[in-house]
Amino acid sequence: MNSWLMIEVQNLVKRYAGQTALKGISFNVARGQVVGLLGSNGAGKSTTMRILSGFLPATSGVVRVAGRDVFSESEEARRLIGYMPENNPLHVDMRVRDYLKFRARLKGLSPRRSRERVDVVITQCGLADVTRKIIGHLSKGYRQRVGLADALVHEPQLIILDEPTIGLDPHQIRSVRSLIKSLAGSHTVLLSTHILPEVEMTCSRVLILYGGKILAADTPEGLQNQMSGDSQVVAEIAAPRAEIEACWRQVPEVAQFDVVPVDGEFHRCALTAHAGADIRSLVYWTVQERGWMMRELTRSRHSLEDIYVRVTQGDQEGA
Amino acid sequence: MHVYWTLVRRELGGYFNSILGYVIIASALFLMGLSFVLMLGNLRSEPMPVTLTELFFMTPFFWLIILLAAPVVTMRLFAMERATGTYETLMTTPVRDVQVVAAKFTAALCFYVVMWLPLLACLFLVRHFTDEQGALDVGVVVSTYLGIILMGGVYLALGCLGSAVTNSQTVAAMIGLGLGAAFFMASFLAGWLDSMGPWQRELLAGFALVDQMRDFTRGVVDTRPVVFHLSLTFLVLFLTLRVIESRRWK
Repeated sequence: MNSWLMIEVQNLVKRYAGQTALKGISFNVARGQVVGLLGSNGAGKSTTMRILSGFLPATSGVVRVAGRDVFSESEEARRLIGYMPENNPLHVDMRVRDYLKFRARLKGLSPRRSRERVDVVITQCGLADVTRKIIGHLSKGYRQRVGLADALVHEPQLIILDEPTIGLDPHQIRSVRSLIKSLAGSHTVLLSTHILPEVEMTCSRVLILYGGKILAADTPEGLQNQMSGDSQVVAEIAAPRAEIEACWRQVPEVAQFDVVPVDGEFHRCALTAHAGADIRSLVYWTVQERGWMMRELTRSRHSLEDIYVRVTQGDQEGA
Repeated sequence: MHVYWTLVRRELGGYFNSILGYVIIASALFLMGLSFVLMLGNLRSEPMPVTLTELFFMTPFFWLIILLAAPVVTMRLFAMERATGTYETLMTTPVRDVQVVAAKFTAALCFYVVMWLPLLACLFLVRHFTDEQGALDVGVVVSTYLGIILMGGVYLALGCLGSAVTNSQTVAAMIGLGLGAAFFMASFLAGWLDSMGPWQRELLAGFALVDQMRDFTRGVVDTRPVVFHLSLTFLVLFLTLRVIESRRWK
């Protein structure tokens, strides 16, 4: 048992009647991380989260939250988890404050403590204007925040959010994201989504789930490196083409280059470095030394979308 | 324990926050009113050596209230939470299954008792206008309510079971009604099957709800029906608990 591990999942298999939702996945999540579970619909995200939260039993495999088995020590494990299911179900007939207080009491907080915590999460989630309103009369954005406040109310060590930003408008998405980001460090967060930029913006680690298997697990940057192999840098430089080409030929870090004229005397150079090397500063200093003019220097990044498509495609072809 | 009371309060709140609770009470009140009218009619006829509560019980609406109200009161308990998904948020908090089942049943029972309170008003009315001190004996009223609660307990437990096995409130109500009606019919079985051996008759006599209820309304509290109804309620609630737990090994 490792004390720095918040989630340990080993060979988790879940079979429903007639189909296998999870085909033996394993992963660990360290304390304080914000981890994104990425996958298309039906990839097994919700199933994974339901098992972690103790709602569904696993067919086989070991799942521990902070060292506690979610099946045999279910009650203790559930005490440590704040879970917001998909579609964020709430008691629509209750008022916001009453609901949060009810939830806090259910999660074992004393009356006094629950009052304090409800006040804290109401401020934290921006619900101060609607505490007396009936949940059924709230907009979707507010309801989502009520769901988040519920997940946070008992100060859980682990927060599990199943598609927390689904169906929200861009402003609401931003506020929810910043809220999630603010939780990093003090809480461990596992969130699922099929919106890729969301993971890029909020998560320190990504798990790509596809067809009940984990295809990739790394930091967003690590995935970039893994995917791109050797990274490419694009620079637009104003200089004679022959001189530019001669220059890059002399730089040993540049493995490959391609120079094409754009407009005026500018040329667009696509420079491929050797594996893992970042040659952006090198390019800058080289250009500076020669007294050329440069108007753009970027690293062409694989978006998470490319990575996701590539990873899942490889699997589809393999299957 | 405080989790249990929190849940009971929430479930009771659920009845009174929604229109359903008031509709149930209004319908029950309507049927009670009809019973009251019939009861007054009976009072006008020649004097009978029966209590007021027994007169009330003898009207056909009495059983209708119990048979219809119980499944409607209980249908939402599990089925609605499943349908809206709040079941998932409930079961992922550190509550025990037994607390959930007990709390939901308690809330339904409390609501059911509240629903029956207008009966007291009917009895008081009669007493007020007849000046007959014997019309309303405390002991008789208490034993009548004991009978109502004991019978209701079984019917509500059956309704809980119906609600626990499905996601649909309508289906839950139908199951509850079906089980309740079957239980009620069993009370007539003893009379129909005369040709049976003594122990079978003895067994079926336990199901004689109508006779037992008549005793209760006369102020006779026999321990046999009390034990019978309590144990049957616990048995059905235990089955409900098993259904709820089945999620963990399915």
